[in-house]
Amino acid sequence: MQSIVAKDLTKKFGDFTAVNHINFEVEKGEIFGFLGANGAGKTTAIKMMSGLLLPTSGDALIGGYSIKTESKQIKKHIGYMSQRFSLYNDLTVFENMQLFGTVYGIPPKELKQRINDSLADLQLLDQKNALVASIPLGWKQKLAFATAILHRPEIVFLDEPTSGVDPIVRREFWKLIYQAAASGITIFVTTHYMDEAEYCHRISIMSDGCLKLIGTPDELKQQMGVNSIDEVFVKFVNR
Amino acid sequence: MPEIAIQQINKRFGKIQALKDINITVENGEVFGLVGPDGAGKSTLFNILTTLLKPDSGQVEVLGMDVVKDYLQIRQVIGYLPGVFSLYPDLSVQENLSFFATMYKSSILDNMSLIKPIWKQLLPFKDRPAGKLSGGMKQKLALCCALIHKPKLLFLDEPTTGVDPVSRREFWDILKDIQHKGVTVVVSTPYMDEATRCDRIALIQSGEIIKINTPENIISNFKGHLFTMKSNDIFGLMKLMEHFELRCNYYPYGEHFHIAFYDEVEKALPVFESFLQQHEREHGEIKPITPNIEDCFIELIQMK
Repeated sequence: MQSIVAKDLTKKFGDFTAVNHINFEVEKGEIFGFLGANGAGKTTAIKMMSGLLLPTSGDALIGGYSIKTESKQIKKHIGYMSQRFSLYNDLTVFENMQLFGTVYGIPPKELKQRINDSLADLQLLDQKNALVASIPLGWKQKLAFATAILHRPEIVFLDEPTSGVDPIVRREFWKLIYQAAASGITIFVTTHYMDEAEYCHRISIMSDGCLKLIGTPDELKQQMGVNSIDEVFVKFVNR
Repeated sequence: MPEIAIQQINKRFGKIQALKDINITVENGEVFGLVGPDGAGKSTLFNILTTLLKPDSGQVEVLGMDVVKDYLQIRQVIGYLPGVFSLYPDLSVQENLSFFATMYKSSILDNMSLIKPIWKQLLPFKDRPAGKLSGGMKQKLALCCALIHKPKLLFLDEPTTGVDPVSRREFWDILKDIQHKGVTVVVSTPYMDEATRCDRIALIQSGEIIKINTPENIISNFKGHLFTMKSNDIFGLMKLMEHFELRCNYYPYGEHFHIAFYDEVEKALPVFESFLQQHEREHGEIKPITPNIEDCFIELIQMK
C-alpha cells in the first residue's frame, strides 16, 4: 500500500519553478530520505505534501487524500517535526504533549495513557513536570518526535530533525524512527548528515526542483560507482 | 604570546551552567575548531571572546588585551560571523559591504585582496537586497563583511550549520585560503567530519571541554579496538547487542556497524563472532578500522 503518491507535482513562484514535475511513491512503513542541496526545492515539496501549499499543477495523494481537494483530511493523518524546535518552552513536558494531543482530538483519558506510555518509552517519565526550557536539546528533539506521532499519524514528515544534535543522540533518534516505522508509520525525512541517509530504506536526491535520483542506498552507490552516499551526493552535485 | 588565552572561565545563566572551567589557548595562524552539539556552550564562548558577554569568573585575553577592560580595542581588530544572519536585509550586497567597511574606517578597495575570491562570486548580485540572497550567498556576504577591515582574528559561529555537504566543503576551502593570508580563525561546528579541517580542536559538551588536541592526536588516543562490519539490519542488531556481555561500545555508522572492544581484542573478537553466529546474524566481513573524530567523540562521552 502506498502512503504517498506524487504525480507530476509542480510549484511555480512567478517565473521560478521551485518543484518541477516530480513523481514518486512511498510505501507504508517505509523510511524515505529526501536529500538535496540548499534551495533544491525540498521544503516547498514538503509544504505541498503536508497540505500547507497548493501545487501549481499535478497532485499528490497523502494517505489516499489529494493535496488539492482534501488538505483538511491530510492534516489529521500526518505528523510534522522540523529542525527548529517546535514545542513550547514555558509549558511542561506533559502540558506540551497534552496541548498537541488535544488539538488532534484525542479523548482525554486515552491521551493521558498515550502520553504516559510515550514518556515511559523515552525514559522521560521523571521529567513529566519539568519545563521544556530546562531539558537538554537532545531530549527535546526526541520529545518533539514523540509529540508529532502522538495522534498515530499514517505519515510523519521530519525536516532535518537531527540538525546540530550530538552523535549519540542522533543515533538514539534514529532508533525511534526505526521503532515508529516498524509500527507502520511512514517516515519522510530530510537530513544533511550523509551517514543518516544510509539508514533510510530508499532515498531520493532533488536538484533544481527535479527529482534526479531515487533508489535504495545500495542501488544509488552502484549506479554512481562509489562506496558511500556522501560520495554519491558530491558526485551528483558536481556533475 | 598566544593569540587567545582563556583561563578558567565560568558562565552561568540562572540554573544553567553554560561554561564550566574553560581553559584554551589559540596560537597565531591556526584554524582552531570548537566542535560540539547545539547547547554545548559554543555560542556563549564566542560571545565572551568577541566582548559581547562578560564571564562570571576567569580571565580572557584576546591579542594580549583583556576582554572586559579593553573591549573597544578588541572590537577593532577582530571579525565576527555570528550564528544568525545579521546583515541589513534591505541594503544591497554592495551597500552592506560599504557600510561595514566605513564603520571600520576602511573602504572596499583597501582590503579587496583578502576577499577577492568570495567577492567575485557575489558580484553578479551586487545590487540585490541582502535579504533576497540564497542561504549560501548570504553566508558569503557575511564573511566578506567580517573580513573587510582585515581583522587579525576571525570568529565564525557555526558557519556551515544546515548547509548541504558540497557547499560545506567549499566554505572550508575558503577558510583555508583566509588562513593562508595570515588571519587566525576560530570556528565552531556541530559536524564532526569538519574537525579534520582544523589544525586543533576542542571537543565541547554541556559547557565542558572534553578534549583539546590536533585531530590526529585525538584519533591516536582512541582507547578501544575499533571494528566495522556491514549489516542489513543494523537496528535489529542494536537490539540484539543488549544481550552481549563483553565490555564494548557499539553504534550504527551509516550502513556500517561500529564496535569498539575494551578487553583483549584477541579474545573479544572471537566471542563477538560466535555471538553473531549463535543468533544466526548475517553480516559482512568484520574489519579493524581507524576511528574518526565522531568515533572519538562518542568514546569520550561514553567514558565520562
